[in-house]
Amino acid sequence: MGHEQKYVDKKYEVVGTRFNRPDGIDKVTGKARYGADASAPGQLVGRVLRSPHAHAQIVKINTAKAEKLPGVKSIVTSADLPDLTGGDQGLADILENCMARGRALYDGHAIAAVAAVDEQTAAQALKLIEVKYKKLPHVTDVDEAMSESAPVIHDRIFTRGVEPKPSKPSNVAARTQMGYGDVDAGFAEADVIVEKTYKTEHTHQGYIEPHACLASVNPDGSAELWVTTQGHFVFRNVCASLLGLDIAKLKVTSSEIGGGFGGKTHVWGEPVALALSRKANRPVKMVMGRDEVFRGTGPTSSTSIDVKMGAKKDGTITAAVAEMRYQGGAFPGNWAMLACMTAFACYDIKNNKSVGWDVVVNRPKVAAYRAPSAPMAAFAVESTIDLLAKEVGISPIDMRLKNVAREGTQAPYGPTYGPIGIEHTLKAVKDHPHMRAKLKKNQGRGVACGFWFNIGGQTCTDLNISVDGTVNLTLGTVDVGGSRSSMAMIAAEELGIPYDQVRANIADTTSLGHNDMTEGSRGTFSSGMATIFAARDAISVLKQRAAQMWGVPEEDVIWENGQAIAVGEGHGNLPALTLQEIAAKSGRTGGPIAGHNEVVADGAGMGFASHICDVEVDPETGRSSIVRYTVVQDAGKAINPDYVEGQFQGGATQGIGWALNEEYIYGDDGCLQNPGFLDYRIPVCSDLPFIDTQILEVPNPLHPYGVRGVGETSIVPPLAAVGNAIANATGVRMTHAPMSPPRVLAAIDAQENAG
Amino acid sequence: MRYATPASAKEAAGLLSKEKGAAFLLAGGTDLLVKLKMGMVEPDLVVDIKRIPKIDEIQTSAKGFTIGAAVSGAVIGEHKGLRAAWPGVVEAANLIGSDQIQGRATLAGNLCNASPAADSVPAMIVAGAKAVIVGPNKKRTVPVEKVVEGPGKTCLTKGEVIEAIVLPKPEPRTGDAYMRFIPRTEMDIAVVGVAISLKLERGVVKKAKVALGAVAPTAVVVPAAARALVGSKLDDASLEKLAAACSAACNPIDDKRGTVEYRTRVAGVLAKRAAKLAFQRAGGAL
Ligand SMILES: Cc1cc2nc3c(=O)[nH]c(=O)nc-3n(C[C@H](O)[C@H](O)[C@H](O)COP(=O)(O)OP(=O)(O)OC[C@H]3O[C@@H](n4cnc5c(N)ncnc54)[C@H](O)[C@@H]3O)c2cc1C
Repeated sequence: MGHEQKYVDKKYEVVGTRFNRPDGIDKVTGKARYGADASAPGQLVGRVLRSPHAHAQIVKINTAKAEKLPGVKSIVTSADLPDLTGGDQGLADILENCMARGRALYDGHAIAAVAAVDEQTAAQALKLIEVKYKKLPHVTDVDEAMSESAPVIHDRIFTRGVEPKPSKPSNVAARTQMGYGDVDAGFAEADVIVEKTYKTEHTHQGYIEPHACLASVNPDGSAELWVTTQGHFVFRNVCASLLGLDIAKLKVTSSEIGGGFGGKTHVWGEPVALALSRKANRPVKMVMGRDEVFRGTGPTSSTSIDVKMGAKKDGTITAAVAEMRYQGGAFPGNWAMLACMTAFACYDIKNNKSVGWDVVVNRPKVAAYRAPSAPMAAFAVESTIDLLAKEVGISPIDMRLKNVAREGTQAPYGPTYGPIGIEHTLKAVKDHPHMRAKLKKNQGRGVACGFWFNIGGQTCTDLNISVDGTVNLTLGTVDVGGSRSSMAMIAAEELGIPYDQVRANIADTTSLGHNDMTEGSRGTFSSGMATIFAARDAISVLKQRAAQMWGVPEEDVIWENGQAIAVGEGHGNLPALTLQEIAAKSGRTGGPIAGHNEVVADGAGMGFASHICDVEVDPETGRSSIVRYTVVQDAGKAINPDYVEGQFQGGATQGIGWALNEEYIYGDDGCLQNPGFLDYRIPVCSDLPFIDTQILEVPNPLHPYGVRGVGETSIVPPLAAVGNAIANATGVRMTHAPMSPPRVLAAIDAQENAG
Repeated sequence: MRYATPASAKEAAGLLSKEKGAAFLLAGGTDLLVKLKMGMVEPDLVVDIKRIPKIDEIQTSAKGFTIGAAVSGAVIGEHKGLRAAWPGVVEAANLIGSDQIQGRATLAGNLCNASPAADSVPAMIVAGAKAVIVGPNKKRTVPVEKVVEGPGKTCLTKGEVIEAIVLPKPEPRTGDAYMRFIPRTEMDIAVVGVAISLKLERGVVKKAKVALGAVAPTAVVVPAAARALVGSKLDDASLEKLAAACSAACNPIDDKRGTVEYRTRVAGVLAKRAAKLAFQRAGGAL
């Protein structure tokens, strides 16, 4: 159907106001059903045995004793998950990550799994599985993994993107380069050059809900999976491929989700639960413990980054180079490539070059984490810009404004920007009262910018009008951040009816066509677009039914404020027909009234933000407290401002946690030492001030309402904003995140000792 | 797993001493239940003391306070008399966990769990707190600093139960304080904890006691640190001496929660701050 995707400026009735979410009551009263809240008759408890070693050959797995334990119904190892991936290495990596195949590649790698009648039996069975390991040398640090002497984790990895093709395998999966211009010439033009190396540690998304699913496979090859996921259609396709099931016979239902932030875009235990169920011929429920979430699912990369930037005395940045090393855990990813795309995206730099190295190490397979790869690159680049501004002698904001990317600027990754909001956010920051607030002793203020794309992708949406005029909106993009309310608002807006008249639901995979994940800030952009089109589709049916009821030509009917109006010669006096009235008669005018849309939404807008952070540093302990924080971001159009603000605040909070304390701590044995929230320190409520937000709206020209994705950009600036604030509070430039108290104290000491 | 709710401490002691399998006393459960869920303990018998009459009460007498073994942090925090007498003990008890944990966590549980980082323990030590221990056959009273013998190890023998923690009535012009360092603001384990109590006479420190947490296998009393304070008005020199003595007394480990160097350093920093607070609470002018 040819629906108009272009932005049209108009006045909204519903969109832009604030409504409660349809899932709100269930969530605050504890009735909402999350991943662990489903059960089936005869269900078993699934548990996974995990590697205690960072890298080891699995010499032998003996399950005999465990099998004999009464109550144990099935045990699976990689032998029960034969490789059906047919040469698709990406899929093969997923399979191997779900269950080790001959080698444990990281501490926490799944080795075997059991399904038993209850928790205790399952736990006991795990203890009875005998695994003989032969420990292998390991490497967990990204720089060390790149060195000549590092143990090579996969002999199949030959660095892509280098000429000539390497003759030896290594831990470097790929080299990526992006940018344009002549950086050498650019540096020659510069009056000032700053060069620095940065490091960021491995951080986890830290969603509160652990991974959980209920899997049930029947002997006839049909199966069901209830799961907490950001994309049940994608889970369906991946699980079906890995298990050799027909896609249409695997019904996947997404539960309510207690946070995902990218970590629930990947399958971990789900194929294993299905395999256990298939073998036991009973439903299997599998819920991860928190330690399993940390050890066995995907955090984001730890990194090591060199940045060099040069500027003229007037502040013009003449050249910028970033060399970025990202580890993807035990399997190759394209995380450094994403870093290359984002590192300099906020600026118009004539000569820029980003080089990315994707590296494997003995750590869990990296997964997407909210604007994956961008925060680390921004930490390095935005810190360097502050240093450069200081050298040049202009304010950090003016430095950024002087070089800011605008409509027409070429993005480092190729395309030319349409209308974008980075300049607007910087100007808003400059004018913000926060910038004029007085700072106290030991306090400093920092500013940083951030960029993230959003994606469009496949969406399929149904809209069904009931006989009483209430509307079911059936969506396939999982609601992670309140999108059901936004979608219902959009449907209400289009149909011209009140918000309360629309109920949005997320359908299972048998009820709609394929929908891509809720990732890449695509939910409201693409599902919103499909909702608009589905509603317009329904409106044309409504108009046709009204025409029929009146006996007038269809062309003479228009839709306005939730009713059909007959216009034109002769029928001007017909009373309007409301949606309810038309719906009530639908049984006699052709049956149920529905709208439908499937779309591959393209034209997603770019998301830009600028943040202001005030920090107070205790000079005797190195402890930093955030005293004030402001997020300014371009949303294109905020459908429901409440949830847009929520995204801004949530991303900032996660970024602040990363900036201050969150990190995976590995021992010399390559094992993770802090797989729990006690020692993996995400911020608690009292750690943060109220995070202030300002929504700007620079419409995306390729969305009917101007929507841009808003979910991810907000995590990009905080690391650098905090680092810049600490620098201004202490005079010490932190180059290693998290900027935890011991690191800050050591840096203060080093500076004092240096005089 | 069996669960029992005895009606007296003596009965609890009897149940524990007779049990052949693994038996655990349950107070607030904020340590025990976590360990149970993580599979670190597999009890055959759990003896819950919370049904024992009056065990959840604070008794005030001319001699001081008797805090029942099931009194939670939240109740301690609301007790005016205790707050006025031993603000350092109260603030230490109230630092444990969060609001939810406060509704359950007890002083005796914090002590018996015997974590090197237990927050209330250094504060109880410097306040001169004693544990009233009831066994199947006899009752004894032991100073808090003698209860913990090592990480996870106490002087309690099989069947012994702490019935109450006793705090003396403070002498006039006494002040106490407890401070800990954690990277977050709550829900964290002390990297370093410092408790100080001191008594003033004419604006000068007459007596002092200093104890550190999280820097050694058990809380440590630091007499040298106390000596640095006695006779001073908390001038810079005595504070520096205090800090140095505290740092010197540290025997910490390097772990995910803090390095030896950092813990040692911060022990001194916090000692100075805690001393100033205790001094002010004792009525001293800085
Ligand atoms: C989220 C969280 C945060 C926490 N934060 C802190 C913190 O900030 N600081 C801190 O110090 N601790 C903290 N803790 C640990 C715990 O809350 C404290 O140690 C608490 O004081 C324990 O008291 P309880 O009554 O809950 O002990 P329980 O769990 O009931 O018992 C602890 C141990 O002591 C034994 N025991 C209990 N009472 C007696 C008794 N009367 N006689 C003999 N043995 C006994 C039990 O058998 C058990 O082995 C935290 C725990 C959690 C879960």
